Amino acid sequence: MAEQSQNTHRTVYMDYNATTPLRQEVKEEMIKDLELFANASSLHEAGRKARFRIEEARASVAKLVSANDPDNIIFTSGGSESNNTVFATMFHLGRKGKRRGIVTSQIEHPCVLNAAMWLKDEGFPVTFLGVDEYGRIRMDELEKAVGPDTLLVSVMAANNEIGTIQDMAAIGKIAKGAGAWFHSDATQAAGKVPVNVDSWGVDYLTLSCHKLYGPKGIGGLYIRKKAPVEPLIRGGHQEHGHRAGTYNNQGIYGFGLAAELAFNELADYNKNVGALRSRLKDAILNTVPKAKINGHPEAVLPNTLNVSFPGAEGEAILLSLDLEGIRVSTGSACASGSLDPSHVLLAIGLGPELAHGSIRFSLGRDTSTGDVDYVASKIAPVIARLRAMSTVEF
Amino acid sequence: MSDAFSWIYSDTVKEHFTNPKNVFRPDEGFDHNAEGLTGNIKCGDQMLFMLQIENDSIRDVRWKTYGCASAIASTSMLSEVIKGMKLKEAYNIKPEDIVKRLDGLPSNKIHCSVLGDKALRAAIDNYLEKNGRAGEFRNEGVKIICTCLNISDRDIEDAVKQGARDWIGLQEKTKIGTVCGGCKEAAEELLHEYVHIFGE
Repeated sequence: MAEQSQNTHRTVYMDYNATTPLRQEVKEEMIKDLELFANASSLHEAGRKARFRIEEARASVAKLVSANDPDNIIFTSGGSESNNTVFATMFHLGRKGKRRGIVTSQIEHPCVLNAAMWLKDEGFPVTFLGVDEYGRIRMDELEKAVGPDTLLVSVMAANNEIGTIQDMAAIGKIAKGAGAWFHSDATQAAGKVPVNVDSWGVDYLTLSCHKLYGPKGIGGLYIRKKAPVEPLIRGGHQEHGHRAGTYNNQGIYGFGLAAELAFNELADYNKNVGALRSRLKDAILNTVPKAKINGHPEAVLPNTLNVSFPGAEGEAILLSLDLEGIRVSTGSACASGSLDPSHVLLAIGLGPELAHGSIRFSLGRDTSTGDVDYVASKIAPVIARLRAMSTVEF
Repeated sequence: MSDAFSWIYSDTVKEHFTNPKNVFRPDEGFDHNAEGLTGNIKCGDQMLFMLQIENDSIRDVRWKTYGCASAIASTSMLSEVIKGMKLKEAYNIKPEDIVKRLDGLPSNKIHCSVLGDKALRAAIDNYLEKNGRAGEFRNEGVKIICTCLNISDRDIEDAVKQGARDWIGLQEKTKIGTVCGGCKEAAEELLHEYVHIFGE
């Protein structure tokens, strides 16, 4: 296409909500500490050294979520394990106690949805709250759903697909007011927006390291003091007996530094990435007729831009952009392996056509203005080409 | 990055996706005497075939597709294959024939994206109907699923088009599987596929 000839081909990764690259400082830190191989539970000097670094990392992770006591953080294998630990705990509590109600939302990550479905299959009353057109929990519905029988309220802090941020403090107030345990999956929020376990009032908070430029296979769970925990993995005494298994030294060191850097850079990240998101959003709206932005107009992650392109199908858009070197995600059924488009997009009330034609651009700290302009220059021709051969009028 | 990762499907699929053949262009004013539409937006794929038929042969064809890359590629490939073909032969084309010519597709892509044969049959039926020959190819290319009662894949397709959505509904319309029941698995697989394509 001649009109794009001034834009030489480049590779642009815009799928940071799927995962992030390991940042250089973190990689160097992990390599530097490779010799700290000793079992951090060992009492000898080598073990004590390894353990010391783990506790430093724990403090950094605690700081990222404004937790006063680093001991409230346990390390896990990632977000899915952290979320499942909370739901397994509720299973054990609910079997013994009177409170059994689980209240969560329709737009949670599959690891929360499926853990909640498991409890439902086990006979727990489970409510999947709907959301408004922007993806926010309706407080009046939450208030109706929560009562003296509610055991757990679990709501994600920010949505991975559309980026909508919940009013966590308000949700926490309702959950705690009813005497329920309150959990939030902050996998997407942490490192992108301020996370504060106290002002949110959470008892449990899930973290994942690979979403904040750290390694995969390591995550965390904040557990408020005296909140119950039933270990998912039984064994040794690691993590106060909450999570057995030899410490993942390198993963934890990487997580510590990634958390520290994310915390220190939060304001800059918001400013820079937020400006790039606006630039991309404006360019798309200016060049693609009928493009629709999904998610909350203000309470949204600074890096997440979800757009529906009626008349074009998401997998075809994704693969067209992929051929141009641009890596994105879609909520289309054709890419999910199921027959239905994204549960999040259906929950915010999008019709099948808008849901199938959705693309998630998720930007990151490495995204440049040039990247955004390159992507913006490719979208309009890709959409126009697919629309020209489409049966769908829009 | 190795070339092996530069594209997800076969090179033939890539060629037909990036450079599709016989796409309908409104400014071209394509003169056609048959039209068929299949699939629905809810499941993410829809195809329209327009045929120029002369002496029971397909002289020329145009199409439109809303769908994923393999849907676009398979429609494009089909449109090339049927040019000059006798109607009866075209009516007998199976998704597998198209998949083979595309040098393969992942199995999860075949059922949902290779709908072109159905849109094509709809277009041919449309032509036959307009010329007082409705149902002439009714038994072309059918596969018997229930051997006890001689019920074909086409019968299952028709039952779904008439509203059958589950096994009970299908049995009410066709009596399938009411003798030995040995066809249930194959029939349910087709039922699932057709509900996906033709269900609202």
